[in-house]
Parts: sequence; C-alpha cells; structure tokens
Amino acid sequence: MTRSMTSDALAALTSAGLSRRAFVKASGALIVAFSAARLAGDLGIAPDSAAAQGINGPGSNDLDSWIAINADGSVTAYTGKCELGTGLFTAQTQLVAEELSVPIDRVRLFQCDTSITPDQGTTSGAQSHPANFNQSNLALACATARETLVQLGAARLGLPADQLTTAAGAVIVRNGAARRVSYGELIGGRQFSVPLNREATRKPASEWTVLGQPIPRLDIPAMATGQFEYAHNVRVPNMLHGRVVRPPTFSATVGAVDEQSVQGMPGVVRVVVRDNFIGVVAEKPWQAERAARQLKVAWNQGTPLPDHQTFHQQLRSQTATRDTLIVDSGDVDAKLAGAASIVRATYLYPYQMHASIGTACAVADVRNDGVTVWSSTQNVFALQSTMAMVLGREPDTVRIVFRLGPGCYGVNGADTVSYDAALMSQAVGRPVRVQLRRQDEMAWENYGLAYVLDQRAGLDANGTIVSWDHESWSVSRGGRPGGNSPGNVVTGSLVGFDAALPAPRAAEPPTREYENGGNDVPSYVTGCSGGVCGGTGTIRSERVLSRVVESPFFTGPLRSPARLQNTFAHESFLDEIAASVKADPVQYRLRHLGDPRLREVLTTAAAKAGWDTRPSPRARAGQGVVTGRGVACVLYEGDNGYCSVVAEVEVNQDTGLVVVRRCVAAIDCGPISNPNGLRNQVEGGIIHGMSRALREEVTWSAERVTSVDWQTYRPWYLGDEVPAIESVLINRPDAEAAGAGETSITVTAAAIGNAIFDATGARVRQIPFTPERVKAALDTRGAG
Amino acid sequence: MSVISLTVNGRMQTVDVDPATPLLYVLSDDLELRGPKFGCGLSQCGACTVIVNGQATRSCVTPVEKVAGAAITTLEGLGSIENPHPIQQAFIDEQAMQCGFCVNGVIMTAKALIDRTPNASDAQIREAMSTVLCRCGAHVRMMAAIRRYAQGRTA
Repeated sequence: MTRSMTSDALAALTSAGLSRRAFVKASGALIVAFSAARLAGDLGIAPDSAAAQGINGPGSNDLDSWIAINADGSVTAYTGKCELGTGLFTAQTQLVAEELSVPIDRVRLFQCDTSITPDQGTTSGAQSHPANFNQSNLALACATARETLVQLGAARLGLPADQLTTAAGAVIVRNGAARRVSYGELIGGRQFSVPLNREATRKPASEWTVLGQPIPRLDIPAMATGQFEYAHNVRVPNMLHGRVVRPPTFSATVGAVDEQSVQGMPGVVRVVVRDNFIGVVAEKPWQAERAARQLKVAWNQGTPLPDHQTFHQQLRSQTATRDTLIVDSGDVDAKLAGAASIVRATYLYPYQMHASIGTACAVADVRNDGVTVWSSTQNVFALQSTMAMVLGREPDTVRIVFRLGPGCYGVNGADTVSYDAALMSQAVGRPVRVQLRRQDEMAWENYGLAYVLDQRAGLDANGTIVSWDHESWSVSRGGRPGGNSPGNVVTGSLVGFDAALPAPRAAEPPTREYENGGNDVPSYVTGCSGGVCGGTGTIRSERVLSRVVESPFFTGPLRSPARLQNTFAHESFLDEIAASVKADPVQYRLRHLGDPRLREVLTTAAAKAGWDTRPSPRARAGQGVVTGRGVACVLYEGDNGYCSVVAEVEVNQDTGLVVVRRCVAAIDCGPISNPNGLRNQVEGGIIHGMSRALREEVTWSAERVTSVDWQTYRPWYLGDEVPAIESVLINRPDAEAAGAGETSITVTAAAIGNAIFDATGARVRQIPFTPERVKAALDTRGAG
Repeated sequence: MSVISLTVNGRMQTVDVDPATPLLYVLSDDLELRGPKFGCGLSQCGACTVIVNGQATRSCVTPVEKVAGAAITTLEGLGSIENPHPIQQAFIDEQAMQCGFCVNGVIMTAKALIDRTPNASDAQIREAMSTVLCRCGAHVRMMAAIRRYAQGRTA
C-alpha cells in the first residue's frame, strides 16, 4: 500500500508550517528564550518544584504571533496551551470568538507547534485558564486585536472609535446605523504589526454570548467517530516503526547486544544502540515488536531496589534531605508545649502512575537539514531544546508539533517516547514511529510522589487549634526535562544525560514571599512568609517543613503533584482534630477558615449534599455495611481555584470494601468559560481521585517494578461502581480566571477517608484504602 | 507473509502480512484506520475493540489469520462526523469523554452488547464494561450515553 501523509500532518507542514515560522521570525514576534525561573521550575528538583510546574513561558508581545485575520475575514489564532483532554481547545476557541465577535466556526486555532505558536511553557497545573483567560496572553491578544480593528474601522468609517463596536466579524456603529466594515476589508491577509496593549479592554462577562456557554466540544464528534488524529495516527511517507528494549532493572547497563539474534527476521531494518538505549526498527510495527521480544541482550545488573514493604520507614529515616521551611512563625514549639491538648498523626502516600489508557507514541523525522517530531509533550519548546541536546543538533533546526495523546495527567511517556523515536530515526535516516509497550511505559514512568506526612496540632481549652506543625518527606529523581535536562526521563538518562536529583541542604528560615503552590501549607493557618500572609486560615502559629530525598525511581508531576498528597494529610488531620473535640467537620473547618471563597465552596457543597451537622464518627464499632459522609476543601496551589467535595461511602466492615455512593462538589474558578466542560473536569477529577484513593499503588520487588499492566496496576474500570456526582459551579464573572482541572482530585481522597471514618470510627492513614488496609484499621479501632 | 482478505466496514480488503499479526496492527497500520487503539496489547483495557461477526473482539490479541473472511466493523464503520451512528450521537450528546482515546472500546463494546441485548439492565451493562478502561474518569457520562443509546433504540 502506498503510504501517504495524513492530511492533518500535511496541512500543518505546508499551510501553517515553515512559511509562518519565517513570517513570525522576520517580524521578530516569536520569542524562544527560556526564562531562568521557568528552567528552575522545570527541573523539578526543589521541594517547591511542584509549585513551579505550571510556570508559563514568555508568550509573545506581538499581536501577530497570536491573531491573524484572513482575507475572508475569518480568524486564525495561535496558542501555546494545548488540548490534553480537558476541553481547553474548545474553551480557547470560544474565547477568541467572543472577544473578536465572530461565530465560533469562523475561528481556527493552532496549538503548541514550535514553528507557529507562542512559547507558553508547559500546559499543566490547571494553569491554562489563568494564563490565557485573564488580562494576558491569548485573551489580551484578542482584546488588542478587537481594539485595533475598531480603530481601523473608525478611520475607514470616519467616526470616533467610541461610537463603534464589533459584531459578526465587522466593525459596526453602536447606534444601529447600517454602516459597517468587515474585518476582512480592514486587514484581511495583512499583519497588525502592533504590540499587545496591556490596557486593552476585554469584553465584560455580562456581554458574553459564546464564552461562558456550554458549547459542545469541537473535537468530540471526530473522537466519537474514529476520525480524530492523535499522535498515534500521524503517518508520514517512508515511515518505519520502532520498539524500545528497556533494561530489566533500574540502573542496569548494557553488556552486549547480540544483533545476530534478530538477523533475518522479516522487516527488521536496524538494531539501534546508543549507550544503554536499545531500539529495534522494522518496516512494520508487528515486525518491530517481534524483534524487540527476540533480541538477546546481556545486561549488567543494577543495584537492588529498597524493600517495598518498609519503604515509607526508610524514606523518613533518610539523612541526606533537601529541606525547605515554607512557613515558620517561630513559636510552634512554645505553643505546642503550652497547649491544652495535642493531636498527632502520620499519613502515607504511595508512588502512583499516570498510566494513560494508551501507551505513549511519537513520530520523528530526523534529517540532515532539520528535525520534525510529532509528540504529545506538554511543552513543545522545552522538548525542542532537549531534543537538540539528545540528537546533537541546534534547537532552531528542530520542530516539535503537538498532537493529543491518551490522557496526560503530567509527565507520562510522551517526552521519553519522543526521544525514542528521534534516536531511531537519526540512526536509520528515515521517519520512525514508536509506540511503547505497556510494560515499558509502566516500569519506567516518572511516578507521582510517594510521601510520608507528619502532623501535630496544639489545641486550647476550647478545642480551637492554636498551632499547626507539618513535616513531610517526599522523593525526587528527574522530572520534567525542561529546557536542558533530557536525563530527567528514562530515554535521556539511557543515552547518558543525568537525571536531576535533590541536592541535600538544611532548612533556612523562610524569607521569600509566601506562596503555597504545593499546598504544603494547610488551609487553616495564616500562611505568613516574607512579610506576606497569603494563607486562607486563622491559626497564627505555624510551621511547615518539607524534606525531599533521592528517589529510586523517576518521579514527576502527576495530576495535582504534592498538592494531592499534602491535602490528603491536611484535610484528614483536620477531621481527626475535629473528632477529638467532638466537633462537626464542616463547622470546625469554618472555625479556622478566613477566606470567604473557601468558606463558600465548603458550605455550598455541604448544603447541596444535605450535610448532617454532627461530630464524626457516626458509629465506632460493629459489623456489616455502614454509611458515612466526609468533606474536604482546598484553595488549589494556594491561589488557583477553590473546591470542596462531600463524599458519601458505604463500608463493608466484614471485608473492608469501600464503595463511594455519592459525591457533591462545589467549585469556584472565577468566571466560568464553559460550564459543561467544567463539570466534566470536576467529575473526572473525582473518579480519577477515587481510583487513586482506593486502588492505585506502584509495587516492586528487589529487582524490578512489578506494576507493569492493568492487572498489576488496577485502576477504576468503567463497569466498577461509581458514585452519583453533583457539581455546584460558582460563577464569579468579575474575578480572575483560575484553575479547574486539578481541583476536585485534590480533595477527593481526604473526603473519602473522612467518610470512612465517619461510617466506622476507623481512620485509614495510608493511600490506597484497599480492603485489607481498611479491615486492618477496623480491627484496631479505638487502639489509636 | 500471507495474503489475507478481510471485510472491513463492508469493504473487502486484502493485505500481505505475517498471519500472526494482531488484527489491530493490520487495521491501524496497513489500513490506516484511526478508531481501534493500542492500549495494552494484553486484552486488558478494551481500547482496541472491534466488532467481528457481531461480537466485541479485542483486536490486539486476535491474529489476523483468525478473522480472514469475517465481517469486521470499526468505530469509523458505524458513522461519520456528518452522520454519526446513534450510539456515537449519544456520546456526543452526553459529551461523554475527555481525551477520547478509550472511547472506541467503550462504544464498540456497548454497541455489541445492546445490539444483542436491547433491554440490557444496568448490571448487564456494567458487566460488559467491567474490562473496559477509561483513565480520564468520564465513567458517569459514558454510562449515561450507553443508557441513552439503549433507550433510544427501544423507544
């Protein structure tokens, strides 16, 4: 069969490809420099790195980098924030249509392509809504474009700009006069040649007709009918297929590769070996698969892995730690010493995986005169830079084109498989498509962080918290490759680049301005540092110490990195304290919360759920199936979206099995851009969060990771029981746009754990809440 | 290599492949269909599901030689963007996906069930979906879309 380039790939290469690159370069619009702050954040090694994972790129100050009016008056827009399955492509298209007063089908949006779109850093951390829907970046570009069009229209119509407005792709007269001039007539096919205007006026939310509406997602019809082009569907002429052969164990090295072992196999083109990287390239994917299975490699065994069963104890006993005091009021020890009572607890969180539904895939075409890679990376510009390092090329000869992959949830295999494909393409001189095998992805992912979290609180005689002390141990190895660390993911490491590791250091008193990007600081303290008190609570005596140690496995951001782990510990602990003074969990939270919006999501979720105001637990002993309710709330990243979830569970006290029957969420992410999309995100976060809370944990033996397929890493299947989910969306048209996609998942585990406690009186302090673990907690009720 | 004929979405196709090649590879590589997806290659997630002679079939573990001559339907064989099949329309109406990568397996598994058992109970639907995986957490909407399709079919 003659292979032809897929139409989308071809279109991207030709119509919107290098010609636009040349155009933007010539106009000086495309800024490809990397800010130092972004690089630091992307390395992912500092304890506060999770906070910086969503850090934005420089964008562009030139309107032509964002918006073009075509000759027919339609609008082309360019964004550096890509669709990862959240509905962002549609929401951004709504934004452009709204601000420019054109129907949504008159907007064509290009996303995340180093040759044609602005560098907006990483699409992550629920940062796209704040980045592109406030007075900056894409929204500011749209407002500047509209303002510029009105000014051009004023000159053309001979009327003052304040008498004009925009509608249906034209500048019109406000008083209803018939005079109008279309965008196409004004500037179709030509450049604006103006910078973004920081003061450009956005359309007020009260006038929105497209943005804020539940517009159906533009990509779903193609997805539902098998027409959508994922990275996996990119086909280019002359393309070969590759498979990787990963080491059997962590830190194993290649001894010898017996290329004879696959010689003569049908279709095999080449065995590619570079340092410890091994790939097999063949004419067809099944041929590559068979050869990869058959290839004989002698490996030098690596160092044994730490014992899985005692891993958390080992973690907290490490001495080479990188310590950061995030807040320290200096009086915690004294306040605790003088407290009427002290509550203590320790919470444990496992390594978890992104475990996207499909394995990662990329297509690379490495030629002497340039490199093109189709990738599902969250950061095309960072991948451009590190790809150049891996291939020994100059970054400006590398083009990275984003294509949606299966899910995302953070650093799954998208970056590493991009290197895999490029290394093989470079070796064979033809385009190569690589899709990972299931076990290759699962055994070598950048796992979400394991944690140990110690909590201590002092209470006064009235049962009010007077001091909160939090100390955590987590792990780090690698992370996002960022702009200069390809070794942060497995393939870069295999070809000799170092993975970033946490450099040990002692904690110093906190001096930098308060921020809580990792949600290390609980919601109930004042959060004061560097002269700024940015917390959401009222407790003034506070200390939060974060310790990071070297991880035996690669780690990286996984949906709500650090925030989920910390919030699980904080919201579980708050519940434990409330129970210790026999206070209702909602009322007790309110007693220590100052932020009105956080209070509102909490009370809204509780009211919608029909919250039964009383202390937990409902019962403390017994058999059979019992029910309970639990709540948790958070201001995600300390400043990026409010959410509260009430969970109602059934616990079978004979088996320890937990079934979540109902979840009620309240969310406030500022002005709502698409209510149906927001609801979808809240629901998905709850189901994903439930799967991680009840089931998911990476396991390993002394030699290797043993979670390598869907039986050994079992998530929530479609046929498994799911809760009824109700979401209350609190719309704040006049507030800043904030994050949504990682908010509900951040509180789900704690809400479920608190509900288990309410139902049974048993506190489960280790994720996941497996039946065995719940049963063990039930059997020791009252003991702790 | 062997020359094997298949009927895919009503059209006869002839491929020259290793007869042990999984059907999925033939569909997605030789025939360049985008519906069936590689999820695990282990028959554990459903992303590769196609309908073979009316049965939901995991194409990632089905050697192509086993389905020579069979009638194979893929997601794109049901309907188009312009004219979606009612089950595809149900998923569009419910906005029942996020990344959309798993939806092939969800729709094809559900369609095979509902075609065979038009009045399938919730328990039967859940049983059929017990080995189909969605990682974005669109479970509630997907189950609603399946029920919407089933109800529309019997209405």
